[in-house]
Amino acid sequence: MSLSATAPTRMNRIVIYGLLLIFAAVYLVPLFVMLATSFKTLDEIRGGNILALPAQPTIEPWARAWGSACIGVTCEGIKGYFWNSIKMVVPAVLISTALGALNGYVLTKWRFPGHRIVFGLMLFACFIPFQSVLIPMARVLGQLGISNSTAGLVMVHVIYGLGFTTLFFRNYYDAFPDELIHSAQMDGAGFLTIFWRILLPSSAPIIVVTVIYQFTNIWNDFLFGVSFSSGANAPMTVALNNLVASSTGVKEYNVDMAAAVIAALPTLIVYVVAGRYFMRGLMAGAVKG
Amino acid sequence: MPSPSPSARSRLQDWLPRLVLAPSFALVLVFVYGFIVWTGVISMTNSRILPVYNWVGLDAYARLFAQPNWWMALKNLAIFGSLYITICIALGLFLAILLDQKIRIEGFLRPIYLYPMALSFVVTGTAWKWFLNPGMGFQNTMRQWGWEGFTFDWLVRPDMAIYTVAIAGIWQASGFVMAMFLAGLRGIDSEMLNAATVDGASSWTIYRRIVIPLLRPAFLSAVIVLAHMAIKSYDLVIALTGGGPGNATELPSTFMYSYTFTRSQMAVGSASAMIMLMGIAAIMVPYLYSELREGRK
Repeated sequence: MSLSATAPTRMNRIVIYGLLLIFAAVYLVPLFVMLATSFKTLDEIRGGNILALPAQPTIEPWARAWGSACIGVTCEGIKGYFWNSIKMVVPAVLISTALGALNGYVLTKWRFPGHRIVFGLMLFACFIPFQSVLIPMARVLGQLGISNSTAGLVMVHVIYGLGFTTLFFRNYYDAFPDELIHSAQMDGAGFLTIFWRILLPSSAPIIVVTVIYQFTNIWNDFLFGVSFSSGANAPMTVALNNLVASSTGVKEYNVDMAAAVIAALPTLIVYVVAGRYFMRGLMAGAVKG
Repeated sequence: MPSPSPSARSRLQDWLPRLVLAPSFALVLVFVYGFIVWTGVISMTNSRILPVYNWVGLDAYARLFAQPNWWMALKNLAIFGSLYITICIALGLFLAILLDQKIRIEGFLRPIYLYPMALSFVVTGTAWKWFLNPGMGFQNTMRQWGWEGFTFDWLVRPDMAIYTVAIAGIWQASGFVMAMFLAGLRGIDSEMLNAATVDGASSWTIYRRIVIPLLRPAFLSAVIVLAHMAIKSYDLVIALTGGGPGNATELPSTFMYSYTFTRSQMAVGSASAMIMLMGIAAIMVPYLYSELREGRK
């Protein structure tokens, strides 16, 4: 909505634009500082101004962050951890999205007595503090022989992502006309045929939202990563924290910042490319429709 | 529901939906609710490094609340949570109202307020830790620019460090709150507002008396989401302050982790996790219950 009738004066407009631009600058400062620092030499950082552009830009810190920075006892940069995160995030997103789609379908189009309580329990599971399941999960991963492995993290992320993916698909399929389902049933189509032929082809928007939401959450996860993995098996966020928190040797702020930007890049790219859907995902997660 | 029929094939069709849902539901029952019960059981034992099952009742809870560290964590959560929620909402609403004044560059500005939400808390913490570094960060820059006496060393001051956590958290989430309010504003019927304008109400009055009350659902969602994020905040503190200086920025989440995994006080750690869960449940259960009831057709 907007107050079109109260014609704002020119002065008002200037103040509004001014405020908006000042805030935009404030929000951009940390990203700018990260980027600027990541292209500076250590000498320039020590003597310099954090808000200044690099005088002699260098990509050396990026190369070091990617390939040779020391994390723990190994000095091979963050590339291995970056791939760990990729190997974790891809299967976890695909599996949790697929299950969420099926669950949402059942919970809207094949309702059974008690479907509401089933959904309620799955919904509350989205919001629990994960501290309340960490200790049992660590025990179970150990007993399954997948502690400190990517497979273990995939399992954890699938399980604790199910609530949200189910929520997204349930809300989307809820608005899908039941008549189409009924007429397909008249034609003899079964449970899976209806899902495959009728619902799935029109699910592209919600699949995009769910995939983006899950990708962002799982890529950015730290708690599960730090609890259930260590050493060379850690995901990107854990490696970044270890790199930045390490206190041995010379503190290479430029390398830290390059690593931070690398850790942020996948989700930032998704945000820039598909911001609209990203937003919808956040809102759907926040405001249950 | 398809009508029941004697053939095996159609009986399978009847059960198929439930069979498809069952694995997911079973996983949630076991790994969420079962594990919560398990954690609850551990919190009533005297477990230290590993879970042992010697029942000692509420002893761990008594020890938890006898810990000055735990009270520190609760106090910090109160400070961080209240600032985080109120400032995110105030700032989010302010920006949403400004952006809603037919701003021509809205499409350019909105993503700038929102991008921090795409970052991981570890990245946010890392960036702010560097920016707030008293020796080389923002403080140093202001001094270089000629403001010799400028001091902003909250990051290393035990009494002020928790406020830096709030600053970084607000930076990350306020754009998202802005988007929630903007969506709410866009949903308001402009006819009603035009009528009020015709009646001669000033735009300040219109916002205060009509628009903001109409945003009630957005306020409620924002408070719920932010409160829940505040209680769960963990990575941000770890990356920004590591819980320090000393234990100055300890939160329940960091307390739980260190007591369970590094201080070998698993029972106390579990007890703190159960308290966190109760806090979240107190906020989420009534909210989800009312949302689900409203959704009922």
